[in-house]
This record gives sequence, structure tokens and C-alpha cells, in this order.
Amino acid sequence: MDRIYSHPQSLRDVPTHYCPGCGHGLAHRLIAEAVDELGLREQVIAVAPVGCAVIAYDYWDFDCSEAAHGRALAVATGIKRVRPQNIVFTYQGDGDLAAIGTNETIHAANRGENLTVFFINNAVYGMTGGQMAPTTLLNQKTSTTPEGRNAQFQGYPLKISEMLALLPGVKYIERVSLGSAQDITKTKKAIKKAFMNQIEGIGFSLVEMLSPCPTYWGLSPCESLDWIKNIMAKEFPLGVIK
Amino acid sequence: MPKILMSGNDAIAEGALRAGCSFYAGYPITPQNELTAYMANNMQKRGGVFIQAEAEVAAINMVFGASAAGARSMTSSSSPGISLKQEGISYIAGAELPAVIVNIMRGGPGLGNIAPSQSDYFQATRSGGHGDYHCIVLAPASVQESYDLTYLAFNLADKYRAPAIILGDGMLGQMMEPLELKNQSPCLAGRQAKPKTKPWALTGCAGRKANVVKSFYLKEGDLEKLNLKLQKKYQEITAKEQRWEELFLDDARVVLVAYGSMARIARAAVKTLRGKGRRVGLVRPVSLWPFPKKAFARPKNKYLVVEMSYGQMLEDVQLALCGEAKIEFLGRSGGGVPSEEEIILKINKIYNG
Repeated sequence: MDRIYSHPQSLRDVPTHYCPGCGHGLAHRLIAEAVDELGLREQVIAVAPVGCAVIAYDYWDFDCSEAAHGRALAVATGIKRVRPQNIVFTYQGDGDLAAIGTNETIHAANRGENLTVFFINNAVYGMTGGQMAPTTLLNQKTSTTPEGRNAQFQGYPLKISEMLALLPGVKYIERVSLGSAQDITKTKKAIKKAFMNQIEGIGFSLVEMLSPCPTYWGLSPCESLDWIKNIMAKEFPLGVIK
Repeated sequence: MPKILMSGNDAIAEGALRAGCSFYAGYPITPQNELTAYMANNMQKRGGVFIQAEAEVAAINMVFGASAAGARSMTSSSSPGISLKQEGISYIAGAELPAVIVNIMRGGPGLGNIAPSQSDYFQATRSGGHGDYHCIVLAPASVQESYDLTYLAFNLADKYRAPAIILGDGMLGQMMEPLELKNQSPCLAGRQAKPKTKPWALTGCAGRKANVVKSFYLKEGDLEKLNLKLQKKYQEITAKEQRWEELFLDDARVVLVAYGSMARIARAAVKTLRGKGRRVGLVRPVSLWPFPKKAFARPKNKYLVVEMSYGQMLEDVQLALCGEAKIEFLGRSGGGVPSEEEIILKINKIYNG
């Protein structure tokens, strides 16, 4: 019998700390599979965020750096510029990439750094207990928007991918979802494309993944997948943005 | 060896390049802009990387990344910008990365002004950011020393895997003096990590286990272990890396203590007073952390600490002397610089007292 599937070499065989139904485990695995399939494990250097995925380096079995909250793309810039032969990517949540790190995100993109960015959008701060994220939907309840996000006081969900697409330094942006098997297949393709762009020197590439957070959405894992499809993806439409 | 005329800011940049610094990121702020411009002019030509960052915060985190990848890395700024970098410096210390940070101090607090100042002594010598850590802090007092100490800072940072700060001020950064480009080859930048000398660096995990650069230790006991390791390192640095210059200590009745630009004025006062038969000496700390306590091992009667601040290094002199001598203080800040005449006046007042 042919072996058609096995545990990715780039993913350590350890239990994760993620909640049941969380999207991070999926995203980690897809990235690890892509790294293996492209033969990048010995070349890749990841930059982990501050947030739920802060210890991503405990799960990936390749070189990784920590970064202060929001600074992943500054750290990645430093790494890639001194080691252009390596494949450098950041893995960042919505708070990290689109709130505290907005400055680093926009300017790394605008410099056209030849980097790959994986942006996990789950519309909430998970690690700190479910506060409002820049991507929190209107009327979505969080611990800091107990009545639901109100545009009058908290503004609107930030569409940073669309903003970044305006910059000439940005070469590829796609929004995908971890909400169904079919979407997961598309997500993996996008991840591979974002890596290939760096390998080929094409430039700044970002994959935004709509990712379930059942714990702080107050939904079951299954309901969370429906929520992505029926509600979240209405605000954050899937597809190639650039 | 022939000498060239250079400003303190340029000398720091040239010293860094000759030390093999191959990554520089900075953001404009007066009075250190010449340093950034020098790097913009020279870094790429010599095979290194120059980035004008979008902010001080990004610059220090780029340095974090470049250093994690094994490159000798540097950023520079002036007081308000250095405040912005403190988070990054704390992470660099926690992740045990080498890096050189230059602070050409200006007046504070707040936006202050662009006049020379020494008001960031506390910030530099205590943990300026969060957590129990120290940076190695070196304070040049001439253009030559700006060059030499920057070169040394890179070696110490690598040796101890710790951030090192060059603490200068606007006067030193801007003034020009003859400089001898000693003992280093002119074109060393652009070197990449040598896995043999930096086995911890992120270079891709070919032929070895994956490396992780981090300062995060969540498991009970792990962070305390890191802190104990850091403390051991700081004890070693304190024992081995105290540096200072002393002048006329043997028979001194009053010893002036000053560092950086201030020490130049103090030295002039000492020479004038010696010419008048006053037995006055000078201790000039070169390393501010570790503070050169050894220079105070045999206390004299009286000390006069002179700073462009309202008494920051003063506390280290008090700690070094442990009440075994009378300590006077003369300080101005916010652009005020104690003059030779003010120092002489103060010494005449306390000399026989």
C-alpha cells in the first residue's frame, strides 16, 4: 500500500495549548506541510507573534524567532536583509498585525520586503481573554465591547489586507478561510504561493486566514465554522485581493 | 599613522563599520543625524545593510532580527528616541542577543531640546526597559574614543551576548577632532553569521536542531533560571569590564568625577587648578555600567561629582564610596553645561572646608 499522508516533519509531535476548535493548529499544520513539500525546512526562519501563537516555535521544527508584540515584520526585515538566502515568514494575529503593529506592517509592505506573512484573523484577542480586536465585527460582543462593537465609539472592522493592497510594494494578498475542508485546501494553495513568491523574489506576500475562535465567540466549534461562512466572510470577503 | 578630521557621530559610525557591523537601522533625530547619514553613505558600499526605519521602535526590532540572524547590528538615536527603543532593548537582553545602541543624549524630559545633556544616565545604567537586566554602557570623551569604544562595544556585546550602549552627548557627537583609524581593516561589513562563532543564530536548521531566539519562559521556574543566568553574566561583566581614567590621584585633596564631554571640562579645571598649586585629581568613568567602583577603592577625602544632569552618576559615586568620603555635587541640565569657571569656584569653596 502507498503511504499518501504522514505527520509533517516540520511539525513537532507534541500536544498544543490551543482550545478545542481553534484555527491555529490547522494553520500551523498547513504551513508545516507547505514548508515540507517545498523542501524549505532547513532554509526557513519563522517569526512568531505575541498572542495565542506566541509559542508557535514549540510546534514548528525549524528556526524561529520571537518578536515583541506587533514587531514581527521589523524583526523579519532584519533577518531577511542579512540572510536573503533564507525563507523568512511571520505568523501574526489581528491584534499583532493590525493594531499594535500596524506601523511595522504598513512600512514593511511599503518597502516591498521579500517576506511572507500569515495573518490569522479571528476577530478577537484570544490570549488575553477575548477583548475587541481591530477586526472585531460590528455588534460582536467581546470583553471590552460587552454591548457589542459600536461604530460610534469603537469604529469599524479594519480591513488591513485591502489597505495593504494599495501599496505598490505588495505583490500578493489573498484572504482565505479555515472554515471548511474545501477552504482549507484553498488556504494551503495560498500558503504555497506566498512562499513561492519569496523563493522567486517576487516580493511581499500576505495570506489572511479567517480562523475560528469558539472560546471567545461563545460558540461551539461547529457553530464557529458556520459563523465564519455566514457572518465573518460577509465583512471580510474571501478571494485574491491583489 | 596619519590622522583624519572627523566628528564624534561619524567616528562612531566608522568604528562600527570597522568592527564588522553589517546592519544598521535608524530614524532621524537631532543631534545624531550625521551618524545615520554616514551609515547611509557607507554601509551598502561595504556590503552591509542600511535601513531608514519608519520609527525608533521598528529600528530596534530590526536590529533584534539582524542580530538573531547572526549579524553585528546597530541602531542609534537621541534621548526621546532611545526611550522608544526600551522595549526592544529589554527583549534583546532577555533573548541574550548582542547589539550596539548609540544614544547621543539631548536635553529632557519630554521633547526637551537639542542641547547636550547627560540626563539619560539612569535610563542607560539601570534597566531602561522592563525586567532585571543591564546593558554594558561605555561613555566616550573624545572623537578618538568614540571610535575606539564603539569597536570595543561590538566585541563586548558578542562576548557576553548582551546589548551595549555608547552613551555620548550632542557636544561629542557634533565636534570634530583628529582621529587615528587604528588597527582595523577598512572594509569588514557584509559578513554573515558564522555558525561556528554564533551557534545560536538563526541561519536555517540544516545539519543541526532548530534554533529558537526568545525571551519568553512560561513554565514555572524557567524564567527564574534565565534570570539567574543573566545575573551570573552581569557579575562577570562587573568583575572584568570596569574601565576608567584617573589623573593626579596620588596626592589629590579633592577628586573630580565626571564622564563624557563633561570630563573634558573637568580635566581643564584640574589642569588650571594644578597650575595654581591646588592638589586636585580626576576620575573619569569610561564604563558607566559596570560602574568603575575599583577607582574608588582607596577613598580620598573629598569628591566633587560634575554632571550635565541634576545628579545621576552621583548616586553611583555615593554607592562606591559608601559614606567614606565627603561628596559634593555640581550639575546643570536642560542645556546648561557646568563651565570650567563654575567648577573652579566650587573647588575653591570646598578645598579647605
